[in-house]
Amino acid sequence: MKKKFKLQDLDCANCAAKMEEAIKKIEGVNDASMSFMTQKLTIDAADDRFDAIMDEVEKVCAKVEPDMKILR
Amino acid sequence: MTKKQKQMVVRIAVAFVMLVLIMIGEHTGWLDRIQPHLLLALICLIPYLIIGYDILYKAARNIKNGQVFDENFLMMIATFGAFGVGEYSEAVAVMLFYQVGELFQSYAVGKSRQSISDMMDICPEYANVEEDGVLTQVDPDDVEVGTIIIIKPGERVPLDGVVVEGESMIDTAALTGESVPRRAAVGDDIISGCVNGSGTLKVRTTKEFDDSTVARILELVENASSKKAHVENFITRFAKYYTPIVTIGAVILAFVPPTVLTLAGAGSFGALLGDWLYRACTFLVISCPCALVISVPLGFFGGIGAASRIGVLVKGSNYLEAVAEMDTIVFDKTGTLTKGEFKVSEVLPVHLAPEQMLELAALGEGYSTHPIAASIREAYGKPLAMERVADTEEISGHGIHTFIDGKEVHLGNAKLMESLQIPFTKSDSAGTVVYIALEREFAGTIVIADSVKEGAKEALAAMKRVGVKKTVMLTGDRREAAESVAKELGIDEVHYELLPDDKVSKVEQLLAEEPSKARLAFVGDGINDAPVLTRADVGIAMGSMGSDAAIEAADVVLMDDDVRKIAKVVGIARKTLRIVKQNIVFALAVKLLVLILGATGYANMWAAVFADVGVSVLAILNSMRTLRGK
Repeated sequence: MKKKFKLQDLDCANCAAKMEEAIKKIEGVNDASMSFMTQKLTIDAADDRFDAIMDEVEKVCAKVEPDMKILR
Repeated sequence: MTKKQKQMVVRIAVAFVMLVLIMIGEHTGWLDRIQPHLLLALICLIPYLIIGYDILYKAARNIKNGQVFDENFLMMIATFGAFGVGEYSEAVAVMLFYQVGELFQSYAVGKSRQSISDMMDICPEYANVEEDGVLTQVDPDDVEVGTIIIIKPGERVPLDGVVVEGESMIDTAALTGESVPRRAAVGDDIISGCVNGSGTLKVRTTKEFDDSTVARILELVENASSKKAHVENFITRFAKYYTPIVTIGAVILAFVPPTVLTLAGAGSFGALLGDWLYRACTFLVISCPCALVISVPLGFFGGIGAASRIGVLVKGSNYLEAVAEMDTIVFDKTGTLTKGEFKVSEVLPVHLAPEQMLELAALGEGYSTHPIAASIREAYGKPLAMERVADTEEISGHGIHTFIDGKEVHLGNAKLMESLQIPFTKSDSAGTVVYIALEREFAGTIVIADSVKEGAKEALAAMKRVGVKKTVMLTGDRREAAESVAKELGIDEVHYELLPDDKVSKVEQLLAEEPSKARLAFVGDGINDAPVLTRADVGIAMGSMGSDAAIEAADVVLMDDDVRKIAKVVGIARKTLRIVKQNIVFALAVKLLVLILGATGYANMWAAVFADVGVSVLAILNSMRTLRGK
């Protein structure tokens, strides 16, 4: 399943790249792309545990950029 | 400016005033009277904390999260280092200018983000639905297919549909870049995203919001940034290694040279350490690859935005990159270079006046629904007195036999003339030929050809000018038709009488002939050539104002089917790539230079701050030029 999320307060392009990298490493995530310009996160991940994956995504993002919020 | 940015301006102003006072104090020697030294450090700590407390906070928090190579952390270490070696005012200044740069950077990014989203501002907010005589505004998402919606003057068309009542001029500029409004009247299709002119329209919707033109375009543009160009991927990989390498370099620089020099007897370790620590700190300030990480994607984003402003959708940075490198363009003839509609191109009578013969032909074809007949009637252009025509019969596969003003008329192909044993001059014109016989005597020919698109010739000339080396045309047409079009347009290579499958193999053959660095584009109307569009390096389709197949299969979509836009997009793509490359070279050169000067002790922290945020800001400003297109 592919889903798009708006991001709030993503202020740093390098962080976006780091988060994208980290999200791609999460199990069950086929592909992810975080756009600093459009402030959007696109995730393609396994259907059955999508919510669990999103929780994990939030966790890894908080490590890099705690100020940023993923609007779910 | 956002609230956050305004707060920052205040902090910068306060810290700046205090810094100026401290520097005046330093230069007049007034501050030297403050003893002990520690007190001076404490005084400088006030502006330092005002300007940098959030950096310190973030740095501390990120270390806790295991993010060591974080720019906040590195700035903290660098300025702490400056404090440590007694450069108090410099520590404040570095932090201050870092923040000024960051502020400017966030402002510039916000600005360009804004201008891009303004450009993309084609999303309708609501639809007017009439219920029991009352107009209500509803979310376009909730409108079902077949609902009658009302579009008032000046409103954005929320959903694709057909006009059922009213008449207006529609501004399609947001979708096609075309500034001349189009007329929309009863029975016309209308697409979402356009702006209604001065008339009120009643429209029956034909698509749900998710399938409507506007939703699909927005989806495409948003997804475009996830398809990254090679340059972007290179920068991402580079950024991953750059920071750790520079940081490790700083650590080595701080401790190895002083140790070596002390052992060599060049001075005491303590004195040397101070100097080298300072040099190491300059390294840390330069260690963020921000200039590249922001400006490169921003450049591509701007380029895609500029292209969409002229009505060309580019589906990803990688395709923009490919467009810049393309040197062969393959065209499908019908619908791309020619209109795909038939027009009378030649009227060649034997004795009659051309106008008279055209009238004869129009009358003779008066009852026929064949496209050829329609084009003859259209060329004649006057009302037809059909009472003059009698006993019309169609001779299948040959033509028409009829009586006009009592005279016998035959209209049809060469076979018709042959079967009637009428001597005639065979035409070798490209296109479809209609032979006319009056009273069983050859009267002349009318040639009907698919007409070349307006601007197609200019388009090809413009492509050559921007550096496209080879143009190729593929068509299923007869040789004569193909060659005459190619000659008229100045196309280098023609392949004719091709079946749809042959087009794929032809394109594959041409791809094999391409040099490895160059790219091949295929331009088609997107209806039967989806496989070819996908096979080519860049598939360019005629969007034809919302043909699904075209938008789906192509990499680049010309929203208004205007081939002249191709040369413009090549221009935009080349400019974008040039700017991106300028930024990469400039940022790397400045950083490398300051790293070298810093290591040898010639560059101070001021230079380092410039190499970090100053370069970022300049690169961002440079990237924003892509937005302006051309």
